[in-house]
Amino acid sequence: MKSPVDIGRRNALKFGGLAVAFVWTAGSGTVRAAVNARRQPGDVAAASADGNPAFAPNAFIRIDADGVVRLVMPNVEMGQGIYTGASMMLAEELDVGLDQIKIEHAPPNEALYGMPLLGGQITGGSTSTRGSWQVLREAGAVARTLLVTAAAERWRVEPSRLSVVRGVVTEPSSGHSLGYGALAKAAGALPMPTQVVLKQPKDFTLIGKPLRRVDSADKVIGATQFGIDVKVPGMKIATVMACPTLGGRLSGINDKRTRAIPGVIEVIALDHAVAVVGEHFWAAKQGLDALDIAWDLGDNAELSTAGLRAALGEAAASGKAIVAREVGKKPVDGKLVQATYQLPMLAHATMEPLNTTVWVTPDRCEIWVGTQVPTRCVTEAAKITGLSEDKVVLHNQYLGGGFGRRLETDSVEQAVRFATKVNYPLKVIWTREEDIRHDIVRPMYHDSISALLDGDGRPVWYGDRVCGGTVLGRWAPEAMGKNGLDDDLVECVAEVPYEIPNLKVEWVRHDMPEGVLVGWWRGVGPTHNLFVVESFMDELAHTAGKDPLDYRRALLQKNPRSLALLNLAAEKIGWGAAPLPPRVGRGIALGEPFGSRVCLIVEAEVTPQGEVRLRRAVAALDCGIAINPSSVEAQVQGGVLFGLSAALWSGITIKHGAIEQSNFHDYRSLRIDETPQVEVHRVDSEDTPGGLGEVGTAIAAPALANAIFAATGVRLRSLPVDRSLLAEGAGALREVIT
Amino acid sequence: MFVLKVNGDVRSVDVPGDMPLLWVLRDVVGLTGTKFGCGIAQCGACTVHLDGQAVRSCVLPVSAIGEKAITTIEAVGKTPSGRKIQQAWLDVDVVQCGYCQSGQIMSAAALLARNANPSDRDIDAAMSGNICRCATYVRIRAAIKQAATGKAEVLQTIAPA
Repeated sequence: MKSPVDIGRRNALKFGGLAVAFVWTAGSGTVRAAVNARRQPGDVAAASADGNPAFAPNAFIRIDADGVVRLVMPNVEMGQGIYTGASMMLAEELDVGLDQIKIEHAPPNEALYGMPLLGGQITGGSTSTRGSWQVLREAGAVARTLLVTAAAERWRVEPSRLSVVRGVVTEPSSGHSLGYGALAKAAGALPMPTQVVLKQPKDFTLIGKPLRRVDSADKVIGATQFGIDVKVPGMKIATVMACPTLGGRLSGINDKRTRAIPGVIEVIALDHAVAVVGEHFWAAKQGLDALDIAWDLGDNAELSTAGLRAALGEAAASGKAIVAREVGKKPVDGKLVQATYQLPMLAHATMEPLNTTVWVTPDRCEIWVGTQVPTRCVTEAAKITGLSEDKVVLHNQYLGGGFGRRLETDSVEQAVRFATKVNYPLKVIWTREEDIRHDIVRPMYHDSISALLDGDGRPVWYGDRVCGGTVLGRWAPEAMGKNGLDDDLVECVAEVPYEIPNLKVEWVRHDMPEGVLVGWWRGVGPTHNLFVVESFMDELAHTAGKDPLDYRRALLQKNPRSLALLNLAAEKIGWGAAPLPPRVGRGIALGEPFGSRVCLIVEAEVTPQGEVRLRRAVAALDCGIAINPSSVEAQVQGGVLFGLSAALWSGITIKHGAIEQSNFHDYRSLRIDETPQVEVHRVDSEDTPGGLGEVGTAIAAPALANAIFAATGVRLRSLPVDRSLLAEGAGALREVIT
Repeated sequence: MFVLKVNGDVRSVDVPGDMPLLWVLRDVVGLTGTKFGCGIAQCGACTVHLDGQAVRSCVLPVSAIGEKAITTIEAVGKTPSGRKIQQAWLDVDVVQCGYCQSGQIMSAAALLARNANPSDRDIDAAMSGNICRCATYVRIRAAIKQAATGKAEVLQTIAPA
């Protein structure tokens, strides 16, 4: 049984996280491409560069006469598994196996590869699967329809009599059969169908199966080309230093010692940074280390974390707020509970340090980079070089992690600026130190949350006054709400899964001083707000004298999908089944981020010295249709651990206007010996897919903080975890600080 | 001039003696499977084998290598432990972004070569120098065990190969 779909009809999608910010241009570029484009990218030269495929019915599918099926990936692969998921969506409707396809990175092209949910060719906000679910299946169905029609015309039979298995079309009664390669040319000459038929979930042969990733084979033999691995003939390698004081400028350099180092080619200066070019990275690095640099530290020379925190706290107390959501009125009676939560700035620390390879000639700028925003890179490179955008050619690469860092173009812009000053291809590699010290960090937050409890301890009202800077205000100011609201700031607190009749959620905008840039970080708004909301839910349960599980259950009676997850996670971890050892505790967190629903229970032990050991984590997840359950499990496991890693250790601090951390020794990351077992239990559903890449991260920190409270009685209202509060006998200190 | 044995080939390289092996491999020999992550032996992305021992190539001066045989991710599949580890990595579907996985596999292959049946504790000890920001650690553990025992580890979602 199949259901017909009118081309162009779009399902209304529920947004979450980053996506909310982009609803303003819920574009239809890919939809148009899926049905109209006959040969993509469109002109003769481009088709030639594309190998002149016999059949290119839309932006995503090329079938050559030899039967090779090439799939063009609209999103970028940074570990989240979208190349596998997107291939499964296309191949499901195209009726080919994943072993029959070849994957290609999409070129920058908004019209062809713009994401409907983000209004641009952007990979982020856990939107790729949600945004592509309809588009890619339709693209596959259009291609299949054309290929089947070509076979039907050749054999003069009704298309409905034909079946397709693994790219071979068969007419059962006559035994005729032809592969897609043999049909490609004829299919390419047919008019577009006006309607296609999509499979019902029960007929899926790929979607829903735990298939292995399409990019693993190369990754386990070191053959995958990341941006940093690009080789261009004649290429030289540079490494850079920008003024460590954020916003500072270069005032002078003495490169005498640098020039004496074998392999150093030249020293190039920009206003804010200097690069040393070498025959290889080592020469460039030695050269940079030998350089005498004088900096003009600028206005941020005295900036410190304490100062930034104080200013943020002041704004939180007295700044003008924008009301994001208000329901009902604050009742007069009830027991008032109040708390203030603070979150630190965070670096991304992708495993692959930032890098870009650029070759600028008088009439062309060619870029090789792994980026989440290829078209934004092209636009910026065109501005810098003065070339028109069609003279900027960008080759996207596999990304060695993104986490939001590669939504920024700063490192690409810098590399283009350096490259305009040389006449050879230039690969610019940031050291890890540069990567941390010039990260575009997750903002710091200061939130005051409160609730009124009735006689039974149930909240009858909650209020949250969120204070922090906006990323969107810099990144896409045109996408800010009319009232000046950035939805990201209140995501997952403006709406909560629980039944609470009255609420008021507001935001006080407080931007950092000029030069201190803040950016998207995995889990965006939900990572910030779920820590506050779910920690506070535990505080309310404690105040009401209720078990945190029972307390949440009572508030979820009208939300059966989330209630089911809460119960599933509790059952799987054995909540309340047996007493736990001393200083071991379990913490619950529940949320509905990115169009999915998740409940996480973390079990942690706190040593007498205050060290935290993760013992176990159990997640229950409802993400609608799971395209690839193996990928779902991997994303939730990795996402949870990424969030726990940050909660345990991560915080960027500033001294004299410079980021103090520099590498993995002082910006710690979770290691395997600190990793607990992470179980992921799914509740199956036939709902459209929810987002996944950030769900685990967003729910991790509150579950940990609640586990620590259960283990020690210490409520952590700021991150990262402060061990000094958790040591046995730290009670006196605790009284003062908490 | 240094004469190196890289993946069974003899390579002469004209580089300074203090140049770390990582950059010799990547920028001179042209083998980019070995990755740069930190430059201070904190993350393990640059792990290679010297006579079968896992070492961090980002802090290993080329002058210190001498006659020792260098094996990188590109050739570790020719060793019995390397082949088993790579196959287990595929079966368990370990990788995400994949950038650290060359180093993870080199550390795991060295572990398996010297310890045919590593315990959880052995795995933690041998692998704690390799950071994975995607945090694929749960599957790394499962894959090493699978490589050691030949028995499919039961993941929740992946049926045995």
